[in-house]
Amino acid sequence: MSHSLEISLPGLNLKNPIMPASGCFGFGREFSQLYDLSELGAIMIKATTLEPRFGNPTPRVAETTAGMLNAIGLQNPGLDKVMSEELAWLEQYDVPVIANVAGSIEEDYIAVAKELSKAKNVHALELNISCPNVKTGGIAFGTIPEVAKDLTRKVKNVSEVPVYVKLSPNVTNIVEMAKAVEDGGADGLTMINTLVGMRIDINTGVPVIANKTGGLSGPAIKPVAIRMIHEVSQQVSIPIIGMGGVQSAEDVIEYYYAGASAVAVGTANFVDPFICPKIIKELPDLLNRLGFDHISECTGRSWKKHEQLVHHRA
Amino acid sequence: MIKQEMCEVISQSQIASHIYKLTLRGGLVHEMDEPGQFVHLKIAEQMDPILRRPISIAEIDHKHSEFTMIYRAEGKGTKLLANKKQGDVIDVLGPLGHGFPIAATEKGETALLVGGGIGVPPLFELSKQLVKKGVKVVHVLGFQASEAVFYEKEFTTLGTTYVATVDGSYGSKGFVTDIIGDNKLSFDVLYTCGPTPMLKALEQKYIDKEVYLSLEERMGCGIGACFACVCHTGDDPQGHSYKKVCSDGPVFRAGEVVL
Repeated sequence: MSHSLEISLPGLNLKNPIMPASGCFGFGREFSQLYDLSELGAIMIKATTLEPRFGNPTPRVAETTAGMLNAIGLQNPGLDKVMSEELAWLEQYDVPVIANVAGSIEEDYIAVAKELSKAKNVHALELNISCPNVKTGGIAFGTIPEVAKDLTRKVKNVSEVPVYVKLSPNVTNIVEMAKAVEDGGADGLTMINTLVGMRIDINTGVPVIANKTGGLSGPAIKPVAIRMIHEVSQQVSIPIIGMGGVQSAEDVIEYYYAGASAVAVGTANFVDPFICPKIIKELPDLLNRLGFDHISECTGRSWKKHEQLVHHRA
Repeated sequence: MIKQEMCEVISQSQIASHIYKLTLRGGLVHEMDEPGQFVHLKIAEQMDPILRRPISIAEIDHKHSEFTMIYRAEGKGTKLLANKKQGDVIDVLGPLGHGFPIAATEKGETALLVGGGIGVPPLFELSKQLVKKGVKVVHVLGFQASEAVFYEKEFTTLGTTYVATVDGSYGSKGFVTDIIGDNKLSFDVLYTCGPTPMLKALEQKYIDKEVYLSLEERMGCGIGACFACVCHTGDDPQGHSYKKVCSDGPVFRAGEVVL
């Protein structure tokens, strides 16, 4: 294993900066049939709510050019089962878990965060204030800066591990949101969640997805994420885990240059289930080709001034 | 075990209106044992369409490391698939899902295999395996119209085969359920794959019988991770329990899930 990929973020000492994004990897069981989950830098598990949720009616997914829409609706077995079954099962792997916390009301978020943060293998929480596919909660907490800040503070107060806040791109001013949750005590940011979209079937005249709207993910949204991380990373001092359409080692470097300190892979797991280990394997050679000794040297390279940049083999 | 492999196109031909037969060769054929499983194909080399396409397995040939799919070229992905020529390679993930239980029917018993449209193909491998076991098979195949009919001859070599078309342009006019009733077909186990209204009709009609249904649902990952293709379970139709069509199915015992 190459040392050029080892990174350290609040709560997270990772052997590499690559992790599957929440909602695109379940709780890891399916992918464990395909490769050793210990190869991953971390795992962002599927969003957990206090009570079990069935989610939305089907169809829940639709394709778009270079992307997909989904409206799963936070289906999950609920806090108790995630603790006793899913997280317990994941303990067999040498991989830190970032647990995604979701809810409809503030009290739910707090209760879920408190419990999940006690699990041995949960090294950080990802506060999901940006799910676009549920009627209450979710994105409602992620579009008003004061509300997001307040929730972040309350979750921070009960969490035993660092808290990363997952930002929604469906806002007018993402920097304002980022600063608000940083003020609320967030240890890091994850961005971006999906963009709200819709597709309509021209034969039936109705939206393809039963929920009507869905969250757009995949390569189609990568430029939006890159722009937002570029803006936010210059305005906050907490690290960013970047995500949105990553499907190659080159994409990872682009996220780093924009200002990310680690990168999550989402939709690409559905297209190529081996994508995470492939990217991890390709990264050292790409870093070497670009003249870097360590991946951390890449963070913010698109905006940092010359004197701020760390060693780089020209 | 699920494998990902670049498989070689051995042959492809059109066998009915919009219906294609595609044979691929690859080592993952040796992982295929149950009829009714499917493979997930990455058809476009670029990103349109971005997702894989789930296609059922119609025939398994372990000796030559080949498997055959029969599919309808209708959307963007399957139309691209229809352009693949001998010697091309296709990215295959599979085999996926749980298929039809051969063990449910004993030697000497009768199995009724009912297929509708593009639900017919997985029944072919099923029929072959049942016949090999010594099960008597009867096929009832339903299609929209004469130009959509395929594989009648192939099924006939394995057992009695009835064909119905909705418009009556081939075989008898009507639905598969009409054929079963008109011919008073009896059976020990019923296996079926086809449109949901057909599955529902069979499930209701043979509520006391042993019936296995293969479902179709829009899928994302195909391996059970994305929760795109879930359905409610029969014992908890409004609740939180669920089955995933891709990994728990696509074949379920009638009543196990809500259609």
